[in-house]
Amino acid sequence: MLDDFLIRAMLAGIGVAAIAGPLGSFIVWKRMAFFGDAISHSALLGIVIGFAVGINHILGIAAVAIIFSYIVSSLQKQRSYSSDTLIGIMAHGTLAIGIVIISFIENIQVDLMSFLFGDILATTTKDIILIYSGSAISLIVLCIMWRKLLLSTINEDMAKVEGVNTDKIRFGFMLLISLLVALSIKIVGILLVTSLLIIPAAAARNFSRTPERMAFLASIIGGLSVISGLLASLQWDTPSGPSIVVAAIIIFVLSLCFNRNS
Amino acid sequence: MANYLINCKDVSVSYGEKKILDNISFAVEPSQIVTIIGPNGSGKTTLLKICCGLIAPSQGTITRNKDLTIGYMPQKITIDKVLPLTVRRFLRLNGKGSNMRSLGNVEQIAEEFGISHLLSSQIHDISGGEMQRVMLARAILLEPNLLILDEPTQGLDINGQAEFYKIIGQVRKTVGCGILLVSHDLNMVMASTDRVLCLNRHICCEGTPEDINNHPEYIAMFGKKAAENIAIYTHEHDHTHCLDGHVDEDGHA
Repeated sequence: MLDDFLIRAMLAGIGVAAIAGPLGSFIVWKRMAFFGDAISHSALLGIVIGFAVGINHILGIAAVAIIFSYIVSSLQKQRSYSSDTLIGIMAHGTLAIGIVIISFIENIQVDLMSFLFGDILATTTKDIILIYSGSAISLIVLCIMWRKLLLSTINEDMAKVEGVNTDKIRFGFMLLISLLVALSIKIVGILLVTSLLIIPAAAARNFSRTPERMAFLASIIGGLSVISGLLASLQWDTPSGPSIVVAAIIIFVLSLCFNRNS
Repeated sequence: MANYLINCKDVSVSYGEKKILDNISFAVEPSQIVTIIGPNGSGKTTLLKICCGLIAPSQGTITRNKDLTIGYMPQKITIDKVLPLTVRRFLRLNGKGSNMRSLGNVEQIAEEFGISHLLSSQIHDISGGEMQRVMLARAILLEPNLLILDEPTQGLDINGQAEFYKIIGQVRKTVGCGILLVSHDLNMVMASTDRVLCLNRHICCEGTPEDINNHPEYIAMFGKKAAENIAIYTHEHDHTHCLDGHVDEDGHA
């Protein structure tokens, strides 16, 4: 009963969830949920630029996301505006510029719906290879910087005194998010990327006593959401991306009940 | 001044027009306890951050001993509840070296600091006094030769403060590190420090607790009563004073 396209969709979703778990945990700990959201907004500009310049959309998205991260992290050093204001300006600015540019380019068709929700059922084997190699590289990099990133999340001054280059670590973390967004947006869309970052991590919090366990459980919960969401969408013929998000939300609500009991 | 852990020379800091610190010079020697006291907004935290290398001075120089390892305890550390963290995991986490602190090491230090029973607790569930001890234990685990503590006893009651200064005294004996701290607990400070630095943007006065005890600027800053309290605590009346209140150097023997 399980068709090939469904298997591929599940594999792709699980690959994204695996790296989204630990990255999302840091996003939740660092209160950067809005940043994750914003960086995926900027992806539209990346797609458009990629198309205009004639490069692969993944490179386009990654380039824009990296520039976005760089501008945000350097603007954060000035004190006039809070970072959520800056990120808000950047997020909607890049989205709007992307849409304006679309109107200048002939013969481009951007389906905003698929940008929002992706098309996970159209995943190809090549997509899967891309996602898994990207996830593997990101996980390795994250493991290497884990201790330093965790310490600077807890207290940046303490990390600095103990020899951590916090600027480098922060930017490295933003790069990992950019890479994840670039690799997965065509398949899972903006809504699903940010959902898979935040919701499983938030649910995992209620079952965890250490940061490592929360990151690990977030990946598992993300994977479970992908599987159950896809099966449900097959069963009831609902759109697959949003079904995965709904599945994640249900797990999150259940986790709240667990927390209350313990 | 060849033998020092950290040496500030003519250090000034200004933000725009505003001068936060003006011409500060002082040094911390190995195994010395130096306490910075001063009113709110006098630049105490800024000075500690300069010593830690977190802020660059606008003018002046800071020389650090080349073997200097700092254990820094910031004034306030808030760990978001959304980050699950046991005390044990927190103690093992450090920015230096490639490995986590060994479990045995952590347990031994926890024993010494009387926090063994907290190791499995969530860091959000322990009290303020316990947190201060955990923070100090974590700083010690970095094997520092200089501890920099920013108001380590804030929020502690008088017993908690006394307890904390006792621990600091022990640390100096067992670890042998120098300690630079900011404090408001005048009484306690005076009883357990080698040098006192009275700061109000500039250094008002400095010296041993006995030296500054009756310094006019010190009394002007904290009032006669505070100064008298200290006299009671330190029980050191082995010096005489000039008419203007300065300690008479000749009578100090």
